[in-house]
Amino acid sequence: MIEAIGLTKRYGNTVAVDNLSFTVAPGRVTGFLGPNGAGKSTTMRMILGLDRPTSGKVLIDGKPYTQLDRPLRTVGALLDAKWVHPNRSARAHLDWLAKSNGLPGKRVDEVLDLVGLTKVAKRRAGGFSLGMSQRLGIAGALLGDPKVLLFDEPVNGLDPEGILWIRQFMQGLAAEGRTVLVSSHLLSEMALTASDLVVIGRGKLISQSTTTEFVERSTENAVRVRSPHADKLGAMLVDKGFTVREGEDGALTVTGATSDQVGDIAASAGVVLHELSPQRGSLEEAFMQLTGDSVEYHAAETGK
Amino acid sequence: MTLLAVERIKLFTTRSPWWCMVLALGLSIGFTAIIAANSTEGAMPVVASAFTHQFGLMVIMVMAALAITTEYRFGTIKATFQAVPDRISPLVAKGVVVALLSAVVGLLVGFGSWGLSWLIVSDRSQLALESANDWRHVLGVSLVFAAGSLLALGVGTLVRQTAGAVSIILVFALLVENLVTLIPKIGDDIQKWLPFTVANKFVLGEADSSGLPEGAGPPVPGELSPWGSLAYFTAIALAFFVVSLVVAKRRDA
Repeated sequence: MIEAIGLTKRYGNTVAVDNLSFTVAPGRVTGFLGPNGAGKSTTMRMILGLDRPTSGKVLIDGKPYTQLDRPLRTVGALLDAKWVHPNRSARAHLDWLAKSNGLPGKRVDEVLDLVGLTKVAKRRAGGFSLGMSQRLGIAGALLGDPKVLLFDEPVNGLDPEGILWIRQFMQGLAAEGRTVLVSSHLLSEMALTASDLVVIGRGKLISQSTTTEFVERSTENAVRVRSPHADKLGAMLVDKGFTVREGEDGALTVTGATSDQVGDIAASAGVVLHELSPQRGSLEEAFMQLTGDSVEYHAAETGK
Repeated sequence: MTLLAVERIKLFTTRSPWWCMVLALGLSIGFTAIIAANSTEGAMPVVASAFTHQFGLMVIMVMAALAITTEYRFGTIKATFQAVPDRISPLVAKGVVVALLSAVVGLLVGFGSWGLSWLIVSDRSQLALESANDWRHVLGVSLVFAAGSLLALGVGTLVRQTAGAVSIILVFALLVENLVTLIPKIGDDIQKWLPFTVANKFVLGEADSSGLPEGAGPPVPGELSPWGSLAYFTAIALAFFVVSLVVAKRRDA
């Protein structure tokens, strides 16, 4: 069980994490979703006591991380698979980690076996492929047989086989009753992996719900309209309380409305329609819509 | 004790500490051998076998700085703080391991340099270890290496970057402390109180140097007695180390 209460992290004038509160329950995979720069990694570092919150706190089974005794036995984390000395062997890397928390050398053999790295354990970690590094990181996270596991973007850059392996692995860990928090900027990936979602944008909480709820809520009632009087129609729809986005081709995407409602409004004003089609919005679109206002770096802004 | 074992594993499972140790021994003892082979003007005194310990000191400090800057470079410091969140104890453990190792290398440099000189020179009359000062020239190297490694570890922890930490240490020790004498009037007085000059006084100062030709060997300025010099140098090293602990504890990993 992870519990964030009013978590805030400020770097100078930039607010990376803004009054964030959420809970992560045991026994299920919880996705931690947000666009790049939303504050996911900062939040994870604060959970692990690596970064100090400006205000607020985050508790693991009721305690701050820094007060855990031999914390690797409670919390395992893979924040970055490259956090290994490249000239140290996989085995030596796990050896010192295990030693630091009083874990027996036998456990190192077990986790190496679990992630399938036994044969390359003596090789230097710097020569590992991304997939192998990722497995080594997971082995490190599992060393203390922890109840709580954190993974930051674990499937980034992996091939489909690696992604499937990690996905099933995380679900297996949750099925054993562990608390699993996994961050990602891809909703499609999270929809396959996580049963709960904590969604953030610009450091703020956007939603916490089950994945099914989130997907249904975000993809309902989108309607695509093309009209020569798009401006007029758009303004009327906004007046009625619907959210309207204008696409690059001039078409409007109306959320929160049915195609019947949009058709009626257009007819009442005598607006000509060239297209009126209900959309089953893709997950990615829904996600972008939801976090659209909260993306730290818009493409247009970076093009300045 | 466990954390000492952890830091020992970390240090010995990468290659750079081994290279540094070999280099520290090779440079110091090797140059001493050259001095010994060329010591034709009278008998070689004990202190002359310690002249080159500064080569080893520089290399050992690079090793100590690397021990922490590579942890920052490769992110293993985060894994370390994740495993031991109080931060102070793993860093102190690293300090102990690095200082002990440096002391051992210093011991080998001190005795190795002296021993090789003993084998090489023809006139050993001044080379026997007879007085307390003679022993200080040989064993002192070990103490200075230990203190110097803590100083370098402190600087490395504060700077967090290999290039930055190594340049600061080497530029200060090799250039600043020598060029400071160029400042008119006060330059010499400042130099007397700079850490590596003082450390040098501990190892080389107040030699029973009847066999030493006038003006031979490096200059040994300093106001303090040799042992006072060691206390001064160690205090500075510990101050850097302690400040680095406080900073590492407070800032984000």
